[in-house]
Amino acid sequence: MIDITMPALSPTMETGTLSKWLVKVGDVVKSGDVLAEIETDKATMEVESIDEGIVDQLVVDAGAEGVPVGQVIMRLRGEGEAAGAGPATSSEMSGDGAPAITVDAPATALAEAPKVEPVAAQTPPTPPASGREDEKEGRVNASPLARRIAEAKSVALAGVAGSGPNGRIVRADVEAAVAAPKALPVTTENPPATAPLQAEESKAAAAPAPVPSPISDIPHEVAKLGNVRKIIARRLTEAKATIPHIYLTVDVKLDALLKLRGELNAALEPRKIKLSVNDMVIKALALALRQVPKCNVSFAGDNLITYSRADISVAVAAPSGLITPIIVGADAKPMSVIAVEMKALAEKAREGKLQPHEYQGGTASVSNLGMFGIRNFDAVINPPQAMILAVGAGEKRAVVVGDALAIATVMTVTGSFDHRAIDGADGAELMGAFKALIEAPLGLVA
Amino acid sequence: MSEAFDLVILGSGPGGYVAAIRASQLGMKVAIIERERLGGICLNWGCIPTKALLRTSEIYHYMQNAASYGLSATGVGFDLAKITERSRKVAGQLNSGVKGLMKKNKVTVVEGSGTLTSAGEVTVTTGDQTRVLTAPNIIIATGARARDLPGVAADGQRIWTYRHAMVPPEMPTKLLVIGSGAIGIEFASFYNDMGAEVTVVEMLDRVLPIEDEEVSAFMLKTLTKQKMRILIGAKVSDVTPGASDVKATITTADGTAAIESFSHVIVAIGIVPNTENIGLEALGVATERGHIVNDGFGRTNVAGLWAIGDVAGAPWLAHKASHEGIIAVETIAGQHVHPMDKAAIPGCTYSRPQVASVGMTEAKAKAAGYDVKVGKFPFIGNGKAIALGEAEGFIKTVFDAATGELLGAHMVGAEVTELIQGYVIARQLETTEAELIETVFAHPTLSEMMHESVLDAYGRTLHM
Repeated sequence: MIDITMPALSPTMETGTLSKWLVKVGDVVKSGDVLAEIETDKATMEVESIDEGIVDQLVVDAGAEGVPVGQVIMRLRGEGEAAGAGPATSSEMSGDGAPAITVDAPATALAEAPKVEPVAAQTPPTPPASGREDEKEGRVNASPLARRIAEAKSVALAGVAGSGPNGRIVRADVEAAVAAPKALPVTTENPPATAPLQAEESKAAAAPAPVPSPISDIPHEVAKLGNVRKIIARRLTEAKATIPHIYLTVDVKLDALLKLRGELNAALEPRKIKLSVNDMVIKALALALRQVPKCNVSFAGDNLITYSRADISVAVAAPSGLITPIIVGADAKPMSVIAVEMKALAEKAREGKLQPHEYQGGTASVSNLGMFGIRNFDAVINPPQAMILAVGAGEKRAVVVGDALAIATVMTVTGSFDHRAIDGADGAELMGAFKALIEAPLGLVA
Repeated sequence: MSEAFDLVILGSGPGGYVAAIRASQLGMKVAIIERERLGGICLNWGCIPTKALLRTSEIYHYMQNAASYGLSATGVGFDLAKITERSRKVAGQLNSGVKGLMKKNKVTVVEGSGTLTSAGEVTVTTGDQTRVLTAPNIIIATGARARDLPGVAADGQRIWTYRHAMVPPEMPTKLLVIGSGAIGIEFASFYNDMGAEVTVVEMLDRVLPIEDEEVSAFMLKTLTKQKMRILIGAKVSDVTPGASDVKATITTADGTAAIESFSHVIVAIGIVPNTENIGLEALGVATERGHIVNDGFGRTNVAGLWAIGDVAGAPWLAHKASHEGIIAVETIAGQHVHPMDKAAIPGCTYSRPQVASVGMTEAKAKAAGYDVKVGKFPFIGNGKAIALGEAEGFIKTVFDAATGELLGAHMVGAEVTELIQGYVIARQLETTEAELIETVFAHPTLSEMMHESVLDAYGRTLHM
């Protein structure tokens, strides 16, 4: 038997939702076949098999939420291996037709078992699927009442932390899980300060926001939040609640940049590459961050982390909610490369197919609502980053040139800074560097 | 000069002394303060000596009914002084036992009256000596005492509390018991079996009012059959002790009042928590109806101050106090995760017949909105009960139809106080009806009725 476990699809992933099984019991699986779709904090991902075999058992039901990383989700058996038989115990069974209750089979023996086990001569028949899978192997330590209630409320016991003796899951634990599906187990361990993301995630999960009830007499619909929406809600609340934001706004003249963009696009046309203003904004912000390293930082408790590369997270509206794919090392990349990468990332984001490494990280963010005609707005910092640039629409405005009115294409941008890490003057220096790069854009191609 | 401890416990009853042992096991330096006798009311003036008395009345009952077992016993009688002496000896033995336990666990025992003089400090007065003990955590376990009738204090002559009733100077001939809770019914049962003419007056509409209604009804019927006079929905007023008797006005349920004469009165109308003169007011400790409020882990509203047992509220039971003490100590040590679950505390009454229960009554379960499955099995259907000559009583179980949770169990009959623990364990382990049904019960035992009651709740009873 081969145990397939819930994979860690990102460094911070602790649990995942098994949104869909793509195989069923009895299917023959080859290496590379897609087994299931897993929904994580940010995206839905496919899990591929690296083993071959026949699907013996789907341990976790489709739709099960909060399945911990490392938990067995399915089991493959080798060709010819008997269904449902734990190899470690099959030879010890009396062969008298007793059902294969392998409650006592040590989980380690199963884990160490070779991939394909020869058929035991006296293999007992497959036990009835009585909802006691968890008792056969990798037994979940839970009280009978907790099991009943979990079954009735469709709670995956594997994802519930037990507060009884030796971690036994008792009724109160299941009820708590029902009341707050994302609540983490009570833990006295303080997450290390060097892992701000994880620290913040566990903290926020342990203290869910108060839940208002709908105003009952107004016709309404109630929709269950997807994981992405839950994470967005939690992280934005957390960011606004814990980060003292400071906002710095500048107007930037775009005429020179638009002219350069026209020339560059003409030159890039044979390569079928088209730069957007946003691609140029990404590049400009990345270069500005390198020029003002005091703004390319993370505030991490007792430490300030200064980055020597500018990775820019770019907010993209996806059907499931906002997601921020990253242009890694945007300060060093030509804008043509940024344009190509950005196009691919945005497409993947809209299809919900971003890999975790493609959206986790980044040293600063860009959020652009200019295409919707928004003139100016303040964005919420995406921790552990310490700044985000909110980009408004480029529009023709009356400006004063010398002592006369003139018409110029102007874009208003507002930087939000984590004031714990960045002083106002340093933020202003960054905004100035950004403005200079946009208004004298040859620096972007140099 | 003050003495520093990790934990100071005020009161050495079953709450305090058990907490002291647990704290010592967890490596704390513990002091326990007692103004009277180690072990508190429970083993000096409560649970234990009354069980000694009730054992006497039980044997006396069997001796009087020896013929029904094919035995002959003539000249059956008793010596009240010797009955009391045995009961005191039992209490004394357990009192020395607690002393030994304190010594073994290196708990410092301080005799005297303790008063909280500030947060983290207790001053103990013994005669004209004072000692000051300090500790970051202090547990109040001062217990409770009997509530007096309004206007008439129990004097130990003709008006008794449980404490007087345990060491009777003479055998009552005509006894009035006011209150039909566990204490009232146990003394009524004892004196009734010893030959006194007993009247029990209960203000509420049933005896043992906290038990299941069917249990109350059964007890009313059975005790009445034992020639006890039980007045429910009745009131006692104008209790007036005289030289040769005590007069009391009894107003029955239909409103008629009559003055009656009794040789003695036992007042068993509840308890008053011991919260006076221990310095609670100055620290601003929150109380509710006189009881100190705790958070289920023993914490009061004052940091470092804990309260357990009778002083911290109902149920007023020794084992509740002990368990609360353990929770509080383990919480102090950073260990405990579950607060006190009062629905998991069994209650026992050692009358004849005995009564025992845990969890919700059928009525309470229904009132709480449960869709219930109720099982009931009578002693008459049990072989062992018939062989014992104890064929009266029943075992009732109440399940949540939705989850199979055992919400409550209610028993009346011989030895049920020993049987109840099976259901208490089942509840604690959170078994459902399925595990209880699958359990093998030894034959022939009274415990088989526990199985049959569960089977009955699911329409599967075998022997009825």
